[in-house]
Amino acid sequence: MEAAGGGGSGPPLLLSDAEQQCYSELFARCARTAAVGPALPSEPARALPSTVTAAAGPVADLFRASQLPAETLHLITELCGAKRVGYFGPTQFYVALKLIAAAQSGLPVRIESIKCESPLPRFMMSKNDGEVRLGTPAELHGTKAQIPYLTTDKNAFKRADDGDKQETQSPTMSPLASPPSSPPHYQRVPLSHGYSKLRSSTEQMQPASYEARQSLAQTEGTSSGGPGAKPPRLQATLIRSFSVERDPHDSSSHYPDEPWRITEEQREYYINQFRSLQPDPSSFISGSVAKNFFTKSKLSIPELSYIWELSDADCDGALTLPEFCAAFHLIVARKNGYPLPEGLPPTLQPEYLQAAFPKSKWECALFDSYSESMSGSQQPRDSHWSEKTSVKDMADFSVSTQDVTLDDKQASINTTDDASPKDVSEDPATPKDSNSLKARPRSRSYSSTSIEEAMKRGEDPPTPPPRPQKTHSRASSLDLNKVFQPSVPAVKSGSLPQPPALPPRPCPSQSEQPAEAEVPPQSSRAPSQASESSPTKKDIPYSQPPSKPIRRKFKPENQTPENQELPPTVGGPASAPSMKLHPTVQKQSSKQKKAIQTAIRKNKEANAVLTRLNSELQQQLKEVHQERIALENQLEQLRPVTVL
Amino acid sequence: MAVCIAVIAKENYPLYIRSVPTENELKFHYMVHTSLDVVDEKISALGKALVDQRELYLGLLYPTEDHKVYGYVTNSKVKFVMVVDSSNTALRDNEIRSMFRKLHNSYTDVMCNPFYNPGDRIHSRAFDNMVTAMMIQVC
Repeated sequence: MEAAGGGGSGPPLLLSDAEQQCYSELFARCARTAAVGPALPSEPARALPSTVTAAAGPVADLFRASQLPAETLHLITELCGAKRVGYFGPTQFYVALKLIAAAQSGLPVRIESIKCESPLPRFMMSKNDGEVRLGTPAELHGTKAQIPYLTTDKNAFKRADDGDKQETQSPTMSPLASPPSSPPHYQRVPLSHGYSKLRSSTEQMQPASYEARQSLAQTEGTSSGGPGAKPPRLQATLIRSFSVERDPHDSSSHYPDEPWRITEEQREYYINQFRSLQPDPSSFISGSVAKNFFTKSKLSIPELSYIWELSDADCDGALTLPEFCAAFHLIVARKNGYPLPEGLPPTLQPEYLQAAFPKSKWECALFDSYSESMSGSQQPRDSHWSEKTSVKDMADFSVSTQDVTLDDKQASINTTDDASPKDVSEDPATPKDSNSLKARPRSRSYSSTSIEEAMKRGEDPPTPPPRPQKTHSRASSLDLNKVFQPSVPAVKSGSLPQPPALPPRPCPSQSEQPAEAEVPPQSSRAPSQASESSPTKKDIPYSQPPSKPIRRKFKPENQTPENQELPPTVGGPASAPSMKLHPTVQKQSSKQKKAIQTAIRKNKEANAVLTRLNSELQQQLKEVHQERIALENQLEQLRPVTVL
Repeated sequence: MAVCIAVIAKENYPLYIRSVPTENELKFHYMVHTSLDVVDEKISALGKALVDQRELYLGLLYPTEDHKVYGYVTNSKVKFVMVVDSSNTALRDNEIRSMFRKLHNSYTDVMCNPFYNPGDRIHSRAFDNMVTAMMIQVC
């Protein structure tokens, strides 16, 4: 091929092997078509004889076949430099292909996209290009080939004749070690390449869950499995698994959502899982049950949360069977490395699944109007999927494939539900088809994963993150906890909270000395029972004397009612505990009796003291009143004098 | 239409807060923080006896020169606070109510997700999209 490793001009173009083959193939085809095809109006495309160029015509066709919008294609042609130089040289072509691949996978079309890994671009070729397709009679049957897997398959099993062709092609496919020898169909290239990779790692792979699929494929694949060689069967089943539901005549075969389509085997598996959680297939699985189940898949909680959000369409916190299948499928896809979609793909919508539910086999759905956000590059994804799972399988299992019987497979299916999420994850990934590759690793896989699953089950569901403390983060001044707590013990003790409006205490005057003198000894003698009341009593006398001078100026009336009511009330609570003590006294020892009696005595003394204090204060109040009256008289007398 | 939307948990820490002109985020965070006092005042003003009759929509909490702050409390004491531009005079009370209703519905959808632990920050994309739709008109 002319392409020299992806060209040197412009930003370095790193192509993987698959891309290299694919692009070179495409370039060759375009160049060939240019040479073969009629003279194109775009003469400049062939202006430079020095380099082989791809004519604009076939290139434009190819680009249009990529199903990208026109402005994207314009952008791509600009970026790749074809417009600048006026022709599609190898470098420009490769850059353009890479950008197309990036655009199809949803990446923004920029020069930097070239550098990043992207799957192979996908082109939907029409019948017109059939001439260039060699060796794929299946495709020439008029169906638009989407994915290499599908193109071969879709027709293969639906029609016997295709099956024959499948077989005839399979020998050509078998020497996969040398991709160039495969039919020069570009679509074959990724398949073969992917296939070769599969072959290289087949020994380790095949996770499993395709057993069920294989069993079905076996029965039907026998027609195509004439040669009996593993490769064709492998390829056949591989394709079969993805295209079971395809109608060969379905012209709207652009189902770009390959990984989002649930196959028959997967579906049965999901239904079994559903039944294990909830016997009645028509009712719900509750949120907590589903949470425990899906947590076993060891995906991160945010991802599981997002998957739930996608699949629980009615947001009721429970999963019906279609919703469950969708969620399970998304988990499986995620475990296989597929990024989660922005929205629920149409094939996973509950209505779609519901429609397919009663049927044992899914008919192909002729949903033409699907606009897929996920449409980008499903085909390359498949190859990637298999590659990724192959890597994963090698990581997970270290088993050698051996011939296995169907019994093994079924036994393994029945055994561990624990390993099921893990195995299902392998399911779609491995379109490896020979049974021989499956069951043994599968049984081994159970043993290896069942422990993990059991461990996982043993763990609790991930503990919720610690909730922030019940602190008042914003209003530190208003700490409700502190405000309410003191009142509680105060209420319990039966003593009154301190009067709120206590003015600050200046040093007590001499007149309060006697009161104070009484109070300290009283407080020192205060028994434990009256301890709560005594602080208040102590405080009250303390508060009252200091406030006397202020009271004289401001509010004498307010304080005295307080004084009056406080001592009796204090006496009340004091007497109440003392009354309560009486019944208990009888039960307690004599020492406690005596202590309580002394306490009672002291309370009474305190009461007496307080009443005396009260009377004194009232006397003072009267005196103050009299002084006030005297002062007012003086004021009245003085006033007329000053007026004059 | 809204400039800032916040969801505050019962313990008065934010579960979700987003404002559109991202350069002045701190100012909006502060406004939401101070509005919590007003919210508390409003919900305690009705007293404990009237909890059932307390309406979820609290109305205008307080206006500033450029912005108005509206509040909404759910029955589980989760608060939604919305800051709108004062220049947006066309915004009527009914519209604010409907916006709060949508917020409440989305919040319950988030709650329905069993993988969401109450008290976590809200990361739901559906919720994000709904909030973005409410704020999108502010440039």
